[in-house]
Amino acid sequence: MPVESANNRSLGFSVITNVQIIEGRARPPKGRPAIRDSLGIRLGLILVAILFLAVFVLVPLIVVFTEALKKGLGVYFASLTEPAALSAIELTLFVAAIAVPANLFFGVAAAWAIAKFDFPGKSLLITLIDLPFAVSPVIAGLIYILIFGAQGLGPFLQEHDIKIVFAVPGIVLATIFVTFPFVARELIPLMQAQGSEEEQAALSLGASGWQTFWRVTLPNVRWGLLYGVLLCNARAMGEFGAVSVVSGHIRGLTNTIPLHVEILYNEYKFSAAFAVASLLALLSLVTLLIKSIATWNVSASAQLREPSTGK
Amino acid sequence: MNSRPTATSPSQLWFKRRVLPGFGLTLGFTLIYLSLIVLIPLSSAFLKASGLGWGAFFRAVSTPRVLAAYNVSFGTALLAAAINVVFGSIVAWTLVRYRFPGKRTLDAAVDLPFALPTAVAGISLATLYGPNGWLGGPILALTGIKVAYTQLGILVALIFVGLPFVVRTVQPVLEDLDLEFEEAAASLGASRIQTIFRVVGPELYASIATGFALAFARAVGEYGSVVFIAGNMPMKTEIVPLLILIKLEQYDYRGATAIAVIMLVISFLLLLVINALQRWSNASRIR
Repeated sequence: MPVESANNRSLGFSVITNVQIIEGRARPPKGRPAIRDSLGIRLGLILVAILFLAVFVLVPLIVVFTEALKKGLGVYFASLTEPAALSAIELTLFVAAIAVPANLFFGVAAAWAIAKFDFPGKSLLITLIDLPFAVSPVIAGLIYILIFGAQGLGPFLQEHDIKIVFAVPGIVLATIFVTFPFVARELIPLMQAQGSEEEQAALSLGASGWQTFWRVTLPNVRWGLLYGVLLCNARAMGEFGAVSVVSGHIRGLTNTIPLHVEILYNEYKFSAAFAVASLLALLSLVTLLIKSIATWNVSASAQLREPSTGK
Repeated sequence: MNSRPTATSPSQLWFKRRVLPGFGLTLGFTLIYLSLIVLIPLSSAFLKASGLGWGAFFRAVSTPRVLAAYNVSFGTALLAAAINVVFGSIVAWTLVRYRFPGKRTLDAAVDLPFALPTAVAGISLATLYGPNGWLGGPILALTGIKVAYTQLGILVALIFVGLPFVVRTVQPVLEDLDLEFEEAAASLGASRIQTIFRVVGPELYASIATGFALAFARAVGEYGSVVFIAGNMPMKTEIVPLLILIKLEQYDYRGATAIAVIMLVISFLLLLVINALQRWSNASRIR
């Protein structure tokens, strides 16, 4: 089964492909008494799992919102609408508006080349695409400083009055680096699992390459693509380490939302810091919600498809 | 891109078994973009470090403060990944095998550390586990142990960032597992514990190891969620990424680069290990 070899290479993100595979298998062993755990064990393990996730994930999430609203809605909205916050929001949207489409375009191209064709060095290429996930965000910022900073191209750029690091272009570059693999790694296993028979059929029926891509390939991977874009976007808007290194921390000019949060927090303006942070927390909740819907859709359509392919 | 498969230019004769169009264009774009954004910038760090010479490089990465930071980063990341292996496996098991109310919410919550920005997680964990926090307060009162601003705080943040990896690598394998093997073991007289450790366990080793390596790799480089809760005391609670940032702010580019190169080499090695582990786990699944 090609699906199985494709799905497990990810760093744990390709949840949507996993769901397709598991359909119809390994349901909780309700009617299988031989392997049913005793009630005590079941309750105990469920309790451990809930406590673990509560202490490390759910309660921290709740803290963001309770701290944000601690001093009332007035302070909350005032923190979101003060000029420094607005300019941070604006810059974050601007950075994401460049970084996400760039990596979307790359992800689709890379997935097409890798999933639909065979060539030497393919597994090396896949590993290299994963590389930014393995690199610390701080190092991601550092390498751009080495290239464009005073010790690298800095003097040349200064002569021509171009600012890259400690300015917006550096933030964009660092963000593109850290969000580089998201779309590609979501799409590659999905497109590999689907093979290229449908595309070949479309081509043999006279469709052009573009038509085949838009009408056959894209609809097949749309939920995976959406989730990849959303994760890429959430990370682009929330990236802290890499952006912190290249930003120069100029208030109102090179502060993104996470950097603004840091400044407020370090100035002990906790309510304001959490108010601004709650925007990013809401974004991550929306991301996860759409992901749940997407996963549900994929498994539902897989169930619908199964009976017809079985015949 | 638009060339039909029926057209035969010389270049297509060379690739004549490729029916679909767009191979050259998409692969070319992929390689150029990869080089410009990732490979060339990363190689600049190695280039810069090679300009230092071995002696200076070695001195830069072996000062007591740097060694202490490596110790804190790697030690805490290992411990966090180990804790995630234990609890991540339990979470994966309950999500696959049991039915209970709130299961879907719990399943979605596992992905939160992927989606929640690290700085948000950082200030939230620091507040929650701080001396006046909902959890930090009671823990301090009951046990006298401070969580935030100690190495324990770093551990909490690293558990948070690594949490999804073990769950999401073990879960699909567990879902794929045929229940018949367990039934066979049970019918042959094995106790439930024996079945879990002798029949289910070996099927999961590869994916658990993969999840461990992924969680560890992520934790070693983590910055945003750690700096707020760590306290950032040199020699005690200073992680390597923070030390790189501090060196940069002091315009010590050489020192920062030397430390970064060590981290990069370790990251590359980890990536290779992870790839090997994934091949192993795929092989054991396909069988």
